[in-house]
Amino acid sequence: MSETTHNTAMPDERGHFGQHGGRFVGETLMEAIYALETAYKQYKNDPEFQAELDKDLADFVGRPSPLYLAENWTKQLAGAQIYLKREDLNHTGAHKVNNTIGQILLAKRMGKKRIIAETGAGQHGVATATVAARLGLECVVYMGAVDVERQAQNVYRMKLLGATVIPVESGSRTLKDALNEALRDWVTNVDNTFYIIGTVAGPHPYPEMVRDFQTIIGREARQQILTATGKLPDALIACIGGGSNAIGLFHPFIGDGGVAMYGVEGGGHGIESGEHAAPLCAGTPGVLHGNRTYLMQDENGEIIETHSISAGLDYPGVGPEHAWLKDIGRANYVSVTDDEALAAFHELTRGEGIIPALESSHALAYAKKLAPTMTADQSIIVNLSGRGDKDIHTVAAIAGIEF
Amino acid sequence: MSRLQSRFEQLKKDNKTALISYITAGDPEPWVTVPMLHALVEAGADVLELGVPFSDPMADGPVIQKACERALKNKTNIHTVLEMVASFREKDTTTPIVLMGYANPIESMGYQNFAEQAQPAGVDGVLTVDLPPEESDNFLPILKAHNIDTIYLVAPTTTDERMAMIAQHASGFIYYVSIKGVTGSAEIDVSAVAEKLAILRDKTDLPIGVGFGIRDGASAAKVSEIADAVVVGSTLVRCIEENTDNAEVLPELVSELLFDMKRAITARDEQK
Repeated sequence: MSETTHNTAMPDERGHFGQHGGRFVGETLMEAIYALETAYKQYKNDPEFQAELDKDLADFVGRPSPLYLAENWTKQLAGAQIYLKREDLNHTGAHKVNNTIGQILLAKRMGKKRIIAETGAGQHGVATATVAARLGLECVVYMGAVDVERQAQNVYRMKLLGATVIPVESGSRTLKDALNEALRDWVTNVDNTFYIIGTVAGPHPYPEMVRDFQTIIGREARQQILTATGKLPDALIACIGGGSNAIGLFHPFIGDGGVAMYGVEGGGHGIESGEHAAPLCAGTPGVLHGNRTYLMQDENGEIIETHSISAGLDYPGVGPEHAWLKDIGRANYVSVTDDEALAAFHELTRGEGIIPALESSHALAYAKKLAPTMTADQSIIVNLSGRGDKDIHTVAAIAGIEF
Repeated sequence: MSRLQSRFEQLKKDNKTALISYITAGDPEPWVTVPMLHALVEAGADVLELGVPFSDPMADGPVIQKACERALKNKTNIHTVLEMVASFREKDTTTPIVLMGYANPIESMGYQNFAEQAQPAGVDGVLTVDLPPEESDNFLPILKAHNIDTIYLVAPTTTDERMAMIAQHASGFIYYVSIKGVTGSAEIDVSAVAEKLAILRDKTDLPIGVGFGIRDGASAAKVSEIADAVVVGSTLVRCIEENTDNAEVLPELVSELLFDMKRAITARDEQK
């Protein structure tokens, strides 16, 4: 397969990325995902839809987001130039809104009156509640009970925006269980409900559709780095939970063989400890939540509980396109531990005056390892996928501080 | 002829509606599953559905979710479920058993390996909730080669065109999901089901079972008027949930429950 075909060839018409992806859902939802696919195909090339999306991205989200040269950090690490793609500056504070704003425009055109979503860290929930409030649509967000506790601020933000937040008490009570519960809701209310999935996972067409909405990150970054340095970057770094911010940055560069890509998974207490959220680094292929991909599972095919300091990375699967990029060797998948991410969180905050999300701190922690191995005429783009305000309680608690 | 096929042919000859029971394997304790299966057969189950517990049962309501959690906690897995089937077959070689569950435990075994072990254990059919015909290309031929039927779901949202496609892939019987929702979530609307079944019967000669939302003898009897088989699941599992501490009496309790439904269905069959 030639490098240039990567951009457009995947997924195939059945939603497969090599052995991954697909449509693994119960029969009740099959018609719903075909209807979504038909609507998405119809509107993605519709000039009116695109114009509305572009206008919302500019005026409501605040795009384009800047590409910022982190001079202090670059100097300190004494290697490659480090550029930060500032998705933290988007309305609602993360990249998630790029996708929700696109999906809700589809929901509107499909005549759906009720919106559901799952959320981990709460960023996708907030981004969904935000666009639903703007269009006056009912919004129900499923969130693992553990995450409701550790992301209390985002829960309140969603409620302020008029959403109903339902804590999910089943299983490990985190993101995967929120997804299960959202799927159960969708089966029950399939006629009037649009399910806005927050990442590049789930049954086809979600991995493709969410990717397409998120590639605004990479398309902007490509132009911005060319303007800034006159050449393409040498490396891209992004954190990976489900993988939407990473695929958004990576995808427009897939055909550029000289651009290395690093997806950084939640290493938790270390891969060797078994307590982590790194299916690409340490998992095996299987089927969960509508697609085949790398999963954290035991020898009997049961999904095992994950651990990450970051709620947004605490997920046992990963988008099927990443699984495919791993299989063909186009992207590198690595992990950093909770402690390394936390250190990077503090360093960026003090060094650059930017408080990053704990998710994004994983990408920053890997930049600390990679940059010193490179030279000053080389550049790295790190996706600063979200801001860290939502995490200050977690960080304070680790420091023994209570508010 | 497969066990499922001959069982359904015999029932048809006798003008009887099949009663299919569902329990989750290993719930609440692994040792009680096989005794419960035998008790269900004695109480009138014509086909046994045995749930393979999964950590993320996306199509199931809280009752079967909790059953999966109990079973997994007691170390039940796809391998021990096959052992249970083999153990059941030591005493019962005629009642068909259908494994019902999710794709990943089977994926993790590998399709070929699964079929090679399931067939000698005595499995007659497989119903994999999240493996629609679209994703079955690699699985179906292997199951067929091992004489294992593939049961597919048809839902209220399934279009006529899709029904025809599903009918082409299915064998054993077709399972009509009577409600939009998860298992155990709502009451069945028999007239709406009847309309859909009429369309489905145009597309297939396979027997049609109806499940989801059948809670008692009365609803079972009503469904028996339009279906070839009545599937009862959450009601039995709820009984198990209420008696997890008395596992030794469970075979008796679930068989009493099932017997009530059997009686109601038989009474209705005799009026036909």
